Amino acid sequence: MAGTLAEKVWESHVVRRADGEPDLLYIDLHLIHEVTSPQAFDGLRIAGRRVRRPDLTLATEDHNVPTTPGPITDPVSLTQVETLRRNCEEFGVPIYPMGHAEQGIVHVVGPQLGLTQPGMTVVCGDSHTSTHGAFGALAFGIGTSEVEHVLATQTLPLKPFRTMAINVRGTLPEGVTAKDVVLAVIAKIGTGGGQGYVLEYRGEAISALSMEARMTVCNMSIEAGARAGMVAPDQVTFDYLKGRDHAPSGADWDVAVADWEQLVSDENAVFDAEVDIDATKLTPFVTWGTNPAQGLPLGDSVPDPRTIADEHERAAAERALEYMGLHAGMPLRDIRIDTVFVGSCTNGRIEDLRAAASVLEGRQVANGVRCLVVPGSARVRLQAEAEGLDRVFTAAGAEWRLPGCSMCLAMNPDKLAPGERSASTSNRNFEGRQGVGGRTHLVSPQVAAATAVRGFLAAPADL
Amino acid sequence: MDSFTTHTGIAVPLRRSNVDTDQIIPAVYLKRVTRDGFEDGLFAAWRQDPDFVLNQPQYAGGSVLVAGPDFGTGSSREHAVWALMNYGFRAVISSRFADIFRGNSGKQGLLTAVVSEADVESIWAFCDEIPGAALTVDLESRLITAGDLSIPFEVDDYTRWRLLEGLDDVGLTLRHEQLVAEFEARRPAYKPVVQ
Ligand code: SF4
Repeated sequence: MAGTLAEKVWESHVVRRADGEPDLLYIDLHLIHEVTSPQAFDGLRIAGRRVRRPDLTLATEDHNVPTTPGPITDPVSLTQVETLRRNCEEFGVPIYPMGHAEQGIVHVVGPQLGLTQPGMTVVCGDSHTSTHGAFGALAFGIGTSEVEHVLATQTLPLKPFRTMAINVRGTLPEGVTAKDVVLAVIAKIGTGGGQGYVLEYRGEAISALSMEARMTVCNMSIEAGARAGMVAPDQVTFDYLKGRDHAPSGADWDVAVADWEQLVSDENAVFDAEVDIDATKLTPFVTWGTNPAQGLPLGDSVPDPRTIADEHERAAAERALEYMGLHAGMPLRDIRIDTVFVGSCTNGRIEDLRAAASVLEGRQVANGVRCLVVPGSARVRLQAEAEGLDRVFTAAGAEWRLPGCSMCLAMNPDKLAPGERSASTSNRNFEGRQGVGGRTHLVSPQVAAATAVRGFLAAPADL
Repeated sequence: MDSFTTHTGIAVPLRRSNVDTDQIIPAVYLKRVTRDGFEDGLFAAWRQDPDFVLNQPQYAGGSVLVAGPDFGTGSSREHAVWALMNYGFRAVISSRFADIFRGNSGKQGLLTAVVSEADVESIWAFCDEIPGAALTVDLESRLITAGDLSIPFEVDDYTRWRLLEGLDDVGLTLRHEQLVAEFEARRPAYKPVVQ
């Protein structure tokens, strides 16, 4: 039977199938972090269970870690991190703690180690696990009791999902990035448009993307409500993986590639839904509101809620403008920014930092603007330093930080003050996400850097 | 998890609809790293009010919550179920539950019994008549009995079976451990391991 990529990966992981029951799927890789794992380990302890496959489990510390040198000062953050360390020790789970050369945001660490591979099932107690779908893996976020279930059994009982093809046709214009693509996709289908679906990103524009850019796209699938996002593996994927620490080697490599090459949606496979995006029409895209679907091309103006037909969306837009302190009709390029954040599992990889640095090189962050550059992992940080990117950032007046989630969710000290406005390369612009009362505009690294220079939302072409 | 066949306990009338998970357990209580002790956060805001039902002595030790429609809406936090169970509740009766809450409850051994709105009203009336009186929730016969009342309730077969057997998700899966092991033996050798 013809199948989609997602269905093929699903089928190859079915441990048990019975009428009227969810399929039991095997999980190839389970990533954990300090926020969503403590109760899962506690549950194991209460029931006297062990971790079935510590060797398929990896823990990192990311959400709470400070990005300036020194210990964690917040007591809650410290408890979570210390609990994770104790749990990993007790249950034999490998961990990359703060200060370790492999520490970083969980969704940056897995791929860069070569742990995320095509055709795998990858889960993590974190919604942005969808990032790993860029490799043609079926990767999704899970709740704490599911974390416990995977720890104990290395499997998950799952109900089937539907599939949606996102066809991004044509070639992206110069200066338009993966972030612009995914923001445009979310604006088109809405924050609930992907509900119950696994999205498969397809088409010329997607094939032309690097692995890191594909991760940016898949990362934000969840912001359209989707279970997961995927891109079929191809030569770009294989080239990225080859030689990585955990990638297959020798004869294994050839066997693996032969398997991976099968991981495409069949010609006559049927998707439950399809969406077409014309890549040639895309421009740098930014959000103006308080959910990731409230976005527009940078050249547009803040929308007038009165022109929105849907009643709920209109009300949401009105609330958003009030919270964001914006008024209808204002050109987006006139929005003044206080803080620029470059980082997160959406855009904290080396290519993102290179992109931001290429804009900042020889320029200065505008007076009164704070610009934070937070690498996604310790490795990314080292590599950036080896390439001299850190010097570009600091010479431009930006702050070069230690790796972690940082201002993506403001669980550590990196926060917006009430009313403060950011251009952020992260993935969520919810009210208060970057600090109580903070106002977030989601942007690409290029737009973030150009905005830092101008002090207003801007693309590199505006400089 | 403990099996649930029949339970007799004090019925606590919660005369509110749309009780969301933020009201069941406010976000400030989510910072803990354990799975017990959440009872102190249960309905924390409402418990400030001395007249709130849980503050009334006749309902001390209550274990069956009888609530208005749309119980458990809002965020998917499992802490809402932990808080109810840590407090001592074994069952919640309502005419409508939020899906995720219902799913989370079934997984952890909290029975969510669905009855009509009129039936909720009659149970509330029963509670008013004899505050602190016990009622019985019989899962085997899917029947709530309180005084003269005898009210059938809905629960899906799968959840009922699991509750009767006392099987949590992990326990269920572990019954198929052999299949998991067989699957592991078939996995391609090139699949990565962390260490
Ligand atoms: S960077 Fe942000 S979205 Fe990504 S894992 Fe961290 S907190 Fe979540």
